[in-house]
Amino acid sequence: MTEAVPNFEGLLREALAPVEPPADLVERLESTLTSITEMAADELEAWELSAMRDPRNWARPAAALVVGGTAGAALVLLRARRRAHGSPGGLDGVLEAAERTIGDIGREARKLLGDR
Amino acid sequence: MTEQASHKPKAQLDAEFSELYRAHLRDVYSYAYYRVGDHHDAEDLTEQTFLQAYRHFERAQRESHGRPLRPWLIRIAHNLAANLYRDRSRKPVSPIDDTTTLTAMHTTEQLVEGRDELSRVLDGVQKLPDDRREALIMRFALGMDNREIARALGRSDGATKVLIHRAIKQLEEIVHD
Repeated sequence: MTEAVPNFEGLLREALAPVEPPADLVERLESTLTSITEMAADELEAWELSAMRDPRNWARPAAALVVGGTAGAALVLLRARRRAHGSPGGLDGVLEAAERTIGDIGREARKLLGDR
Repeated sequence: MTEQASHKPKAQLDAEFSELYRAHLRDVYSYAYYRVGDHHDAEDLTEQTFLQAYRHFERAQRESHGRPLRPWLIRIAHNLAANLYRDRSRKPVSPIDDTTTLTAMHTTEQLVEGRDELSRVLDGVQKLPDDRREALIMRFALGMDNREIARALGRSDGATKVLIHRAIKQLEEIVHD
C-alpha cells in the first residue's frame, strides 16, 4: 500500500506544497463578505419599514434587531482583521485596530438602533 | 427574542464563519490552484467557494453534527471547479496540459535549484484522472486524512484509500517512465 513508498510520498508532499492566497484576493474576498453582511442589515431595515404597517408582523422587529445587529458583528470582525494586517505597527497596530473595532461595534449598534 | 433550539444566533454563526474562513482560506486556495492550475481561476474559485459557503453555512453546521467543515468547503470548491470546466466545455488549457505556471511558481518560491524531479511530479499529477488528482491534492497539499477526503469526494473510506493508493502508484509510473 502507500506505506511502501515513503520517499515518493515525501517528494509528492514537497511538490504539492500549500499555496498562500495572494494579498489582493484576501482583500477582495473580505471586502465582498463585508458587503454581504452590510446588505443583509440594509435589507432588514427596509423590510421593517414596510412590515410595520401590517400588525401581523409586529412581533418580527425584535427578531430583526438581533439579526441586523449581528450582521454588523460579522462586518467588524472582518474589518478588524483587515486593519490588523494593514497596520505597520506590530502589536501597537493590532491594539489600535482592536480599539477601532470596538468603536465600529458602537457605531454599528447606534446606526441599527438609531433608525428605529 | 427566543431562538429556535436548532438555530444559533446569527452573531455566533457569523463569528464561526469568520473562524472557518481564517482557518481554511489557504486550504481552499491551494486546492483551487492545484485543481485549475491558474492563479486567476483559482482566485475566482476561492471567492465563489466562500460566498456559497456563507449562504449555506447554517445548514452545513446543523447537518455536520460537530464534524469538521473542511471537507464540505472543499466539496463546494470541487463542484464549482467541475461547473467551471463544464461551462467552458473543455479542459483547462494552461494548467492541466501545460504545467509551466505551476513549475514556475515552485521554482521561484520553494524549490531548490536543479531539482527538476519535483517538476516531473507536478507534470505527472496533472496527467492523472480527475478523481486521482483531486485525492492527491487533498492528501498532500491540504494534509487531509482518508476520512476527510472521503467526505469531500462523496466516497466511502475504503474506496478513498484504494483511490489514493492507485493514484500514487500511477503517478510513480508516470514520473519514472
